[in-house]
Amino acid sequence: MVLILADQTDGHFKKTAFEALSYGAKVAEQSGTSAEALVLGSVNEDVASLGKYGVTKVHHVSNDALNIFDAQVYTKVIAAAVQSTEAKVLVLSHNNTGRAIAGRLSARLKAAMVPAAVGLPDTADGFVVKKVVFSGKAFANVSLNTDIKIISLNMNAHKILAGEGTAQVSELNVPVDVSKIKVTATNKVTGEIPLTEATRVVSGGRGLKGPENWKIVEDLAHSLDAALACSRPVADAGWRPHHEHVGQTGIAIAPNLYVAAGISGAIQHLAGVNRSKVIVVINKDSEAPFFKAADYGVVGDVFEILPKLTEEVKKLKGA
Amino acid sequence: MKILVCISKTPDTTAKIAFKNGNTQFEDNGVQWIINPYDEWYALVRAIELKEKDASVVLHLVTVGGADAEPIIRKALALGGDEAIRVNTTKLQDSFYVASQIAEVAKNGGYDLIFTGKETIDYNGSSIGGMVAELLDLPYISLATKFEINGTTATVTREIEGGEEVNEVTLPVVVSCQKGVAEARIPNMRGIMSARTKPLKAVEPVEVEELTSISSFELPPPKAGVKMISPDNIAELVRLLHEEAKVI
Ligand SMILES: Cc1cc2nc3c(=O)[nH]c(=O)nc-3n(C[C@H](O)[C@H](O)[C@H](O)COP(=O)(O)OP(=O)(O)OC[C@H]3O[C@@H](n4cnc5c(N)ncnc54)[C@H](O)[C@@H]3O)c2cc1C
Ligand SMILES: Nc1ncnc2c1ncn2[C@@H]1O[C@H](COP(=O)(O)O)[C@@H](O)[C@H]1O
Repeated sequence: MVLILADQTDGHFKKTAFEALSYGAKVAEQSGTSAEALVLGSVNEDVASLGKYGVTKVHHVSNDALNIFDAQVYTKVIAAAVQSTEAKVLVLSHNNTGRAIAGRLSARLKAAMVPAAVGLPDTADGFVVKKVVFSGKAFANVSLNTDIKIISLNMNAHKILAGEGTAQVSELNVPVDVSKIKVTATNKVTGEIPLTEATRVVSGGRGLKGPENWKIVEDLAHSLDAALACSRPVADAGWRPHHEHVGQTGIAIAPNLYVAAGISGAIQHLAGVNRSKVIVVINKDSEAPFFKAADYGVVGDVFEILPKLTEEVKKLKGA
Repeated sequence: MKILVCISKTPDTTAKIAFKNGNTQFEDNGVQWIINPYDEWYALVRAIELKEKDASVVLHLVTVGGADAEPIIRKALALGGDEAIRVNTTKLQDSFYVASQIAEVAKNGGYDLIFTGKETIDYNGSSIGGMVAELLDLPYISLATKFEINGTTATVTREIEGGEEVNEVTLPVVVSCQKGVAEARIPNMRGIMSARTKPLKAVEPVEVEELTSISSFELPPPKAGVKMISPDNIAELVRLLHEEAKVI
């Protein structure tokens, strides 16, 4: 059986949970077994509806203590769930939660784990899963050599496949430890799409000249329902918050659309964005290295092109 | 207080990525090696700052790697730290194997705080910190963007989806560090000179079963090439994004 952690926050499933469920259902189908979901903490959504992503059962540990995330507590609960359900494959999302627990779970269960996975397992000879390495510049095929296997699925690496169906929901009783961590504050950027969950991203570089010019970047992002990002010098200079910095030393993203405005395309920047499906580059220098990594390019001034682009997108949406 | 910082060796961020031996090994010919940026700029620098604030802090560095990791760990010592331990092995492909070596060093050292980087820029695992924490049965706070300490309580800001969360935890704890925790530094001459005399101990690895292996590497398929659009025809760009690329 393939067990998938349907990760939630504030009672709502994350988009990455649906990707993980869709992926896990495929893994199960490949090996002729069933896919089941694991939900931790209290949720405000219809848990049975996870069935539409291909799981037949949902195991719910509804203990309120799990509304606070503590990697150590989560690991014990998930490991116990794997053991009691006799799951052979555990699928997680390689988001902030996955990064905190995938390694722990691997060590606890002595189970082989592949982080940042981007493909379905190849079972022709063992159990081999492709993952990102060298910050998106290459892939490694990792062989998982233990009975229980853990896959931490990279974001935007698998399509969400929703169909019909409801899952059978049952409460799973596993002990939940008292957390050693106290959460004293939570600051969420409200009203904005989190960068790591975004399917479209609009990003600005030093070519924007200063923070006061970001309105044109934001306008385009709004018109596209896109999240905002920036290059490292922009975050370092305090023009934009650190959490928008993408690249080798920032966040790595893989949206469907990445629009880069006034960014030169240094190799360290590309490392964080080169897995984007479609890259649009706007730069006034036709020799900017970013054009080599782009799908569509415009040589021009961002101060002219961005407002025009926003206007054209609005026209399309209005039509 | 005793702090352990995990230091790994990675190819320079501009290194050409290629493979050899039937795509089973990284082509390291001509590659420059650096301290993994997350380990150097954030984990190590924050640990040095804690030591600068409180002289009683003892700061150890650990790297798992062959003799070729010595220049890297020396460079880390030049930035700061009292002594370094190198676990002498070239088996670096399985994260669990590497984490088990670090956990063994940690068990014998009685550390109050263990720092790792967010991830290595070559394997991109984000997994070794969690493994070490589990092997030591300690709390783990990942993706820290701020780290403060007050007595035996650590206050750690960590990244969550779409924001941040502030956690309080009693030491000992394992923390993975990223941007925000500290600012990169450049080693000064005094540091470089004194690093030469700091103890660098090599220890042999413990026997651990590897859970994974890398069967091959591959490069992404090359891009088809860029389609240039006239700045006077942005409507065409939007049409292509809508009809051809189907992303809007
Ligand atoms: C170890 C290491 C790690 C790094 N990690 C990262 C990382 O994670 N992320 C990252 O982004 N960088 C990273 N960098 C920095 C990277 O090397 C580049 O310096 C950085 O990406 C450049 O940012 P930029 O493109 O915004 O600025 P610039 O390189 O200054 O480029 C600005 C661009 O804007 C164009 N431009 C100027 N005015 C206009 C205009 N009016 N209209 C249109 N175009 C215009 C210019 O032609 C130019 O191409 C790292 C560097 C190192 C050494
Ligand atoms: N060989 C190594 N020796 C010491 N520490 C390491 C080693 N490999 C990884 N680490 C630490 O673990 C962190 C996460 O690595 P990874 O799980 O490979 O992404 C790194 O940022 C380092 O701090």
